[in-house]
This record gives sequence, C-alpha cells and structure tokens, in this order.
Amino acid sequence: MSEQRQPLLEVNGLKKYFPIKSGLLSRTVGSVKAVDDISFSIKQGETFGLVGESGSGKSTVGRTILRLTDKTDGEVKFKGVDLYNLPPQELRRLRPKMQLIFQDPYSSLNPRVRIGDAIGEALLDHGLAPREEIRDRVMEVLAACGLSSYHIDRFPHEFSGGQRQRVGIARALVLNPDLIIADEPVSALDVSIQAQIINLFRKMQDTQGLTYLFISHDLSVVEHLCSHIGVMYLGSMMETASRDELFRNPLHPYTKALLSAVPIPIPKLKRERIVLSGELPNPADPPSGCKFHTRCPFAVARCREEVPQFRNVGGDHGVACHLV
Amino acid sequence: MSTIHGETTAALSSPTPQPVKPVYTSLWRQSLRRLLKNKLAVFGFVVVAFMFAACFLGPLFSPYTDNKINMAFMNKAPGLKHWLGTDALGRDVLTRVLQAGRISLTVGLASMVLSVFVGSLLGVIAGYYRGIVDQVIMRLADLLLTIPSLPLLFILGALLSEWKVPTDYRMYIVMLMLSIVGWPGLARMVRGQMLSLREREYMQATVVLGLRDRRKLFNHLLPNLVPLLIVIATLNIGGAILYESVLSYFGLGVMAPTPTWGNMIDAANNMIDFQDHPWLWIPPGFSIFATVIAINIFGDGLRDVLDPKQKR
Repeated sequence: MSEQRQPLLEVNGLKKYFPIKSGLLSRTVGSVKAVDDISFSIKQGETFGLVGESGSGKSTVGRTILRLTDKTDGEVKFKGVDLYNLPPQELRRLRPKMQLIFQDPYSSLNPRVRIGDAIGEALLDHGLAPREEIRDRVMEVLAACGLSSYHIDRFPHEFSGGQRQRVGIARALVLNPDLIIADEPVSALDVSIQAQIINLFRKMQDTQGLTYLFISHDLSVVEHLCSHIGVMYLGSMMETASRDELFRNPLHPYTKALLSAVPIPIPKLKRERIVLSGELPNPADPPSGCKFHTRCPFAVARCREEVPQFRNVGGDHGVACHLV
Repeated sequence: MSTIHGETTAALSSPTPQPVKPVYTSLWRQSLRRLLKNKLAVFGFVVVAFMFAACFLGPLFSPYTDNKINMAFMNKAPGLKHWLGTDALGRDVLTRVLQAGRISLTVGLASMVLSVFVGSLLGVIAGYYRGIVDQVIMRLADLLLTIPSLPLLFILGALLSEWKVPTDYRMYIVMLMLSIVGWPGLARMVRGQMLSLREREYMQATVVLGLRDRRKLFNHLLPNLVPLLIVIATLNIGGAILYESVLSYFGLGVMAPTPTWGNMIDAANNMIDFQDHPWLWIPPGFSIFATVIAINIFGDGLRDVLDPKQKR
C-alpha cells in the first residue's frame, strides 16, 4: 500500500476525436470530442471506477486504451510501456495481460464458436498452455466463474445473459491478466444477476490480485466495487478521488448532482436533490469554457469563458471547477 | 428454450452437477429443423434431388443412348417403347433429356462452384484487408457488373464459334464464361458481409485477446459467412442453368450433338415440330422450368432459415 508503487496503467492527456465527414468528397467538417484530454493512473490491485452519463466518453476511454480505436493524442502506458509505441507483434504478445469485458454479453460471443473454444483459443494462440492442458484450464476457469464443466461444449445461444457474461469473464480470466477493463459489465443484466456478477468481480480480485478499470454509469455499483473513482462529463474528467473521499466530500457540482441521484433504501430520509436540467450538450459542439456550465446550478460568468484546469486539491483528490 | 434455461440454472446452484444429458444443439441443427418445417422448401429440395438422381442415374437404365440414330423410328409420338417419343433422327427423347440434364446440371453446379470460389475468395480478401486491395478488386467487379451479362455471354459465345473451339471443350468454356459473369455480384455480397462481421463485438474481442489473423479469419469470420454462401450458391445454380439454356438455345453454348435442355428446344424450333411434335420441346422445357423453380424455392427457404435478416 505504499505510495511509491508504480502505476500499472497510466493515461496522460488522452484524446480521441471522431471526425465528422460530410459532402461528396467526405471532407472533415468537424469532430466529436469523445475523449478530450483525460489523465489518470491506476495502481496495481486498485479498482478505478469511471462514471458518467451515456455519451460522456467512458467506453471510448476503455477502447482507446486497448487500441481498439486509435488515439488522437496523448499517451497510454501499461507497466511503463507506451502501448502506442509498440510494433504489432509485441502489442499482440502483451494483449493477454490486459483484457476487456464487454457490456453486451449477447454480441460479444461469436454465435458459432463453442464456449470452450472461445475461452481456450487465446491460450492456444499465445502458447500459454500446451494443447492437452487447455481443456482442463478452461474447465477450471469455468468453475471459478460459477459455470459447470459440462457447459464447455455448448454454444452461446444456450446460455442466459448472466451466464454469458460469466463466459465473457472466464474468457478474460483464463489468460491470467493484470488489468481488466470492464465496460459496463452489468448494465445489460437483471438486477439480481448484477449482484452475482459484481461479487464474482470482487472474488476474482481477492484471489488473483486483479486491477480493474470499471466503467459504469451506476454509482451504487461503483461505490460497492471501486477504490478510486473518476467522474467524466462530455469527454473530460471532472473529478477524481478515492471512493470514500468522493462520497464524503464531492467537490464538483456535477459529482454532487450525480451523488444526489443515487437511490437510497431509506424512504423517510429526505435529502437535498440537485436536479440537472436539459440534456448532455452535443459533443461535436461542446459549450465554451467549462463544459458543464450549461447545466450547472452554480455557474458564474467565468464558467462560460474560461476552461477550468484540472488541479489537485489535496490527497488524491483532483477537480476541474472554478468554484472549488 | 425454457427447459434448457431451467436445467442449467438448476445445475448451477447445486454443488455437484447432475447427470443431465448434454444437448449440443449447434446453430446448424437448429437451422435444419426449421428448414424441415418449411414444406415448400422441402418440396423444392425433393424436386431438385429427383432431377439430379434421374439425370445421373436414369440413362444407366435406358436401353437407348442419347446419340443412337434409328431411322426406322423417326418422330414417333410417346409410347410404350419410347416413353417420350423420338426425334427427327429417331433418337429416344427421354434418354436425351436425361443426358442433357447431366450436362445442364453439371454446367450449373461447376460454374457455381467456380464463381463461389473466386467470388468469396476475392470478397473475403477485399472485406478483410480493405484499403487498396479492396479498391482494385471492387472496381474490377464493378466493371464486370456494368456490362449486362446476357450480351456479354453472347459475345463470348460468338467468339467461341468464330475461333472454332471444338464442341467437346465448349461445355467447359461455357462453365468458365458463366463464372466470369457470376463472381462479381457474389464478391460484392461477401465483402459486404465481411465488412459487417468485422465490426461485430465478438471480432473486437478477438483483437483484445490478441488472436492470430488466421484464427480470426477461419474460426470466427468464415463460419459466419458460410450460411450466406450456401444461400447465394444455391440460388446461383438456378441462374447458371438458365443462362446455359439460353446460350445453348441460341446456339452459342454447348453445341449438338451433345444434348442440353437449351439446344434440344432449339432443335425443335420450327413450325412443324412446334405444332406436330410437342414431345420434342415440352420435356426439355419443363425440365428447365421445374429445376430452376425448385432450386429457387429451396434457396428461398434456405435464406429464410440461414439468413433471416435478408428480406425477399
């Protein structure tokens, strides 16, 4: 738990702009700034929760880290290695160490591949286990993920959503990764199944010392699972802090609004609710100054003109707001 | 569905897995089951199967051969001795229709295999690698698609006659010609499917897993392409048979004395035969009609089962 530990994942000034093309010659007429200058780092064994509403660019952060889409600018370092500076072969060799768990367990499994093959094939391709042992390894990981060994020869369509998500998790875990990026892994699932899957995530972290980047829009899920939290809005990081700090002392008005919207299981308890009006602005044409000023209940003139710098306010607590 | 669901979750919660009979229902078996429910498609398949069996096995049981001339039995109407009568040279029409079917079906099948092979290979390459390779292949396909196929086939057929290609070889060259016309449309569809498949989330998963290109292609992409290929290939046979018949009818395809359904109708293409000897042109005409319709019905049924997103 020392502060000197080297971060497992370091993201510095990451930008991902999607060009908007139009017209006959598909000229670039603008860009959607899905991720706009995001920085954070995750230490070994931590769980970093990335929260924000739909369209805030959370998923794009995960995908850009794993080079599923190319970055526009910035730096992604995994174990000190810049992922964007690696030749394709070395990147491929590093891939098993960083895995992604997809949001939709229905589309992330190939309908024509038996789940035993889906889980075992990466072991085979990376030479991580001899061919004879692969089936045993797959059975082990199936059991660890709460599935049975006789599921091994079945096809994805024979499973329920929760089971499929377990298969997705097993597919990542069998490679014995260091980092798992989970892209809203429970949002497509029933609430009762959500709890099972989240507990599975916790169990795996305890037994394998995994590091998670957990992308979610559900603050209560994040609170349950994450040690550190980053709040995104319209492609920018608004606030980062440890979980306890963020829930006890949210500084950014957006974080406050989000926290006030988390349902609490005590019906009589009245609390101050900050209701955000309007919708997420168009990311192709973000508001000037602070991106949040159009919906911020505390906005002042300065917020319209000047972009607030992300700054550290003590501890690990960082925030991008003029009013703090 | 519900039984599978209940059974697996029950097994999940119990610590020792019960000895449930494993039901490994692949998508293929499910598709087959659904196909068998489609009566019309099954009927189409039965007709096609019957045509193939009759054409390839039938002549073996015939006492006549397709080119045996018998001057004593010219233009005889159908009867006990010659079930479908005889033609102007006293040849048995039934034997000739079956023999012609061999040629027509073989040409249809072979040109389908060739165009599916070329078309899917080029389509897969274009869709998987994209970029300049895609551009070159697709512009070539576009070029061939801009030329109407029938006139193109006519010109090629006329060239064959001009160059006095031996009649024995014409059958094989006709297969080639039909594949030249067939592959571009096929390559287009395969490429489109590849472009759609490569964006699927499970393909992104293969990137994250760092799988080799070979495995991505053969274990993940191609199995999802096969259903589409089966459908296209089936419908393609019908088209090829029709084109071959048209070419032979105009004397530009397979030539006499080798019988094909097309050139048999052509041989009866005069007022006297048309009016007085209908047994000369009805059997080959009906064969073309029945075979092509049956293949299309069967192909449509296959498409409904294998490629449900595509609407008629």
